[in-house]
Amino acid sequence: MPLDSATSELVCPAGTPAALRTAVDAGADSIYCGFQNETNARNFPGLNFTPDQLAGSVAYAHSRGAKVLLALNTYPPAGKFALWREAADLGAKLNVDAFIVADIGVAAYIKKNYPDRRLHLSVQAAAASPEAIRYYCETLAVKRVVLPRILTIPEIRQIKREIPCEIETFIFGNHGLMVEGRCSLTNYTTGLSTNMDGVCSPAADVEYRPEADGTLSTRLGAFTIDRFGPDETAGYPTICKGRYIAPGRPEGYYAFEEPVSLNLARLLSDLIGAGVNAFKIEGRQRSRSYVRSVVSAFRTAVDDVRAGREPDIADLLALTEGRKETQGAFETKKWR
Amino acid sequence: MPQLDRTPQARFITRLAAVLPLPIMQPVLDRIVRRIAASHSEIFDRLGSYRYSTYVIDTEDLPFALVLSPDPDQPKLRAVKRKDLPPHDARITGTFLSLFKLIDTGEDGDALFFSRTLLISGDTEAVVRLRNALDDVDGSIAADAAGLFGLTGRFVLSRLRHSTAPSL
Repeated sequence: MPLDSATSELVCPAGTPAALRTAVDAGADSIYCGFQNETNARNFPGLNFTPDQLAGSVAYAHSRGAKVLLALNTYPPAGKFALWREAADLGAKLNVDAFIVADIGVAAYIKKNYPDRRLHLSVQAAAASPEAIRYYCETLAVKRVVLPRILTIPEIRQIKREIPCEIETFIFGNHGLMVEGRCSLTNYTTGLSTNMDGVCSPAADVEYRPEADGTLSTRLGAFTIDRFGPDETAGYPTICKGRYIAPGRPEGYYAFEEPVSLNLARLLSDLIGAGVNAFKIEGRQRSRSYVRSVVSAFRTAVDDVRAGREPDIADLLALTEGRKETQGAFETKKWR
Repeated sequence: MPQLDRTPQARFITRLAAVLPLPIMQPVLDRIVRRIAASHSEIFDRLGSYRYSTYVIDTEDLPFALVLSPDPDQPKLRAVKRKDLPPHDARITGTFLSLFKLIDTGEDGDALFFSRTLLISGDTEAVVRLRNALDDVDGSIAADAAGLFGLTGRFVLSRLRHSTAPSL
């Protein structure tokens, strides 16, 4: 039976205006993006939008029936709230459709000053219980929660029954398992905070050391976090995907998670059945080529599921971290 | 180590590059880099202060590397023997065809890194900025460069695209 088309918005990443246009043209229902500063959790060098670029991008998206969601999903450090306030003012002025927020102060500011704009609760808020989500809905008028990637589909179904807002889940891309919004591994290693500076594993602190035998060492700050043999695939230079030597594990092992990407293409139907309203593709830091391939593949798959057809699942393995994919906790909590 | 391309086009380019004296290539590279700098000035905004960095683009199946200095006032792209490489901030190593695919928008840089097809070293921020700057350019930088050389350029571009297209 065809599923309700209103329950499966495809939310796609864009790190540049060109990527945003690519996402729209590939079939995105909405695109999320951020400014070139600490107000969003992909504050990477050379990435993101100036106000002028965002204005043009919103116009492009709206003219083609797509929405733009502005990520303001980091936590303002003490004394620096003005940057987040200015970003919210700019976003409202530039007519974004929704704000993705994590900090309650940022959410409260937008609710008070721009009550006509939707608030989406970022995964950075790590709200994973009905009690927490209801609090955000009732107090801050949040309309959608982006769930952490640590819940099974039955757990999502149960949460949906107990909350008054939409649910968005990640379906493809980086498989971050730290308690998002509270992970301090980058801060410990580099002095910069993922949650306040908006950058996990800042590029300035990353070093790749190729060795004569074809081995590649990856370092973050003063720490070597992995050594890939000549025939091994590589992953991102993040502490949580590092391989470590520990007592009893002299050969080195992935203590938290191995380099792997989430791919829930085969669970789309189950997710819709559990009450998920929107599907998020991770990857604002990725290329237009990635955006085109992944958005197109999921556009087709979601449309197939909506129409009651078996989804046509494109092979996206080449784009995954370490060329490996998982359904993670969505399938079973025994994945690790 | 990245695997070498063995396609006929790659072999042809390798052989041609091996016999071409570098000074003959330089006017071609000069035209390409000036054209791209002039027609895509937005690249420099994303590069920030790294516009003054020096990048080595090491096409490892060719007998030379390219040295890029994006400086908007004096952009330079030079072919240099590896033994003569100048001091540089970052190095990007891959086969000619994998690097071609990057500037022809047909490939995702992270995916090439995951598969070890692409190797980067030196200042990672410099590489990330360059990657993001080039990725925000609409269309294909390779096509822009090919367009400078008329029919010949378009023919070479078409053959390169043919050789990098996924086989069905």
